Amino acid sequence: MRLAPFRILLGLFCLLVAVWLVMPTLVIIPMSFNEKKSLAFPPSGFSWQWYANFFTNPDWLSSFFNSLRVAGLVAVAATLIGTLASLGLSRMKHSGAGLLRAILITPMIVPGVVLAIGIYAVYLDYQLVGTTTGFVIAHTMLAIPFVIIAVSASLEVFDVRLETAAASLGANRFTTFRTVTMPLIAPGILSGLLFAFVTSFDEIIVALFITSPYLKTLPVQIFTSITRDADPTVTAVGTIIFIATTLIISAGLIISSKSTRS
Amino acid sequence: MSQTSHTPTAGGDYPRPSGAVQGPQRRLRLAAYPSLLAMPALLLLIAAMGYPLLTVTLRSFSDPAWGLQNYVWFFSTPVNVTVLWRTFSIAAWVTIVCVIAAYPYAYLMTAVGPRLRLVLILCVLVPFWVSGVVRTLAWVILLQDSGIINSVIRLLGFDGVKLIRTQTGVVIGMAQVLLPFMILPLYSVMRGIDLRLVQAARSLGARPARAFLQIYLPLSLPGVFAGAIIVFILSLGFYITPALLGGPRSTMLSTLVQSQVLSLLNWGRGGAMGVVLLVATFVLLALAAPLMRQRHKQAARS
Repeated sequence: MRLAPFRILLGLFCLLVAVWLVMPTLVIIPMSFNEKKSLAFPPSGFSWQWYANFFTNPDWLSSFFNSLRVAGLVAVAATLIGTLASLGLSRMKHSGAGLLRAILITPMIVPGVVLAIGIYAVYLDYQLVGTTTGFVIAHTMLAIPFVIIAVSASLEVFDVRLETAAASLGANRFTTFRTVTMPLIAPGILSGLLFAFVTSFDEIIVALFITSPYLKTLPVQIFTSITRDADPTVTAVGTIIFIATTLIISAGLIISSKSTRS
Repeated sequence: MSQTSHTPTAGGDYPRPSGAVQGPQRRLRLAAYPSLLAMPALLLLIAAMGYPLLTVTLRSFSDPAWGLQNYVWFFSTPVNVTVLWRTFSIAAWVTIVCVIAAYPYAYLMTAVGPRLRLVLILCVLVPFWVSGVVRTLAWVILLQDSGIINSVIRLLGFDGVKLIRTQTGVVIGMAQVLLPFMILPLYSVMRGIDLRLVQAARSLGARPARAFLQIYLPLSLPGVFAGAIIVFILSLGFYITPALLGGPRSTMLSTLVQSQVLSLLNWGRGGAMGVVLLVATFVLLALAAPLMRQRHKQAARS
């Protein structure tokens, strides 16, 4: 239907866009095996030293475990609070639902630095700077919109009559939720959980303000090591995160394709 | 099944009477139920976002003394106005670059078979698999004077281009981070366009270019608007990418806010800058709200 030269041009252009999208992720991998302590591109030699440094240096390890701990707590809290809110929003009939949804999603669009200085000011007053509680509260607030979007999307295709049917067969609210609603919106809840975890694990702007020498998260450690010296350990960390994410997503895809087939 | 979950006092043997007793009580709870479920989220939002933003706003009017002096200072200092203008102009450039790159890409996603489409979607999602800070470091590696991009340019026989610590570098890096936010809404709109309309135009004698301009483009515009608004608003608040890729001549408003508060401990001035940024964001959003509402469902799905 379309002219051949146009198709070739379109293909080439999109190839360029795809390279542009993917290149920054892939360039990290060869850099992580660099023998020299430099970030100049073609890396020279081959060594595992930056991986060794990540697994032995207490600064890197503690920031990694801090991030895991904070993100784990945030994932649980945000999923719980966000799922409740989505259920409430989906059952609200009057026009307030739209407004409430818009309000609950605002953390996604408020400029990060403005939010960060505000949270920093409040945390200074309440001695929450550099505490796990402080991190969890701020990150949960930032993660809730993602949970609400994910869970709401699966609630949108959920047939409410199934709940009515369960109730008419004598199930109480909790049983209905546990045996009917929950299994059907589980994929949405699970992706909300994942989004919440990633949001917290990757969050940097608020973290830079509320961090302390005693509690650094991984992004803060990465940022300070980039700005202070050209430490290739960062590229090793990036590669580890990339491989871990790839494995998790592949596992998720395999599981979901199996469950849809059966 | 339901009987096992009943409490012993409710009596599995007498579901009807107990149901009758609970009836009015249940209806009462149902009426208040939905909005109550959203209360924990709302309370957290008020505590962790509303209260901090209120604090920033208050300080912008009250630190060091009550009045508008921080705003007067902001708008009467040439550097600040330059940075404010630059923030908007970088955001506009990023948006333009994203539209130009995303439009053909999203179109191709709708036009190819399922296997190639999966590859194209993967390319959009892969950037999210590495932490944002690491990705910015990758851009430092790519854009530096001895980096890959400059090596390729020199290989082609041209002079090297200064990319790192320039506005061009910042735009390249930011647009890559924000491109998925442009591609995904565009794709969800384009997927819904009925291609038979374009065929009909062609069969009535329209040239391909005309069929595209008069039929396809107008139908895809809601996706362009939705994506452009998201990209523009998100780029206004960018902090990490300009801080690492930019130089003193590509400072954005967020960096000024940060240095006022953390380096100069000037909460009033930093707060005033923050409020300016916040107001700009919400004014834009209010202007765009009618366009966004149309596409709300698609955006939620993607």
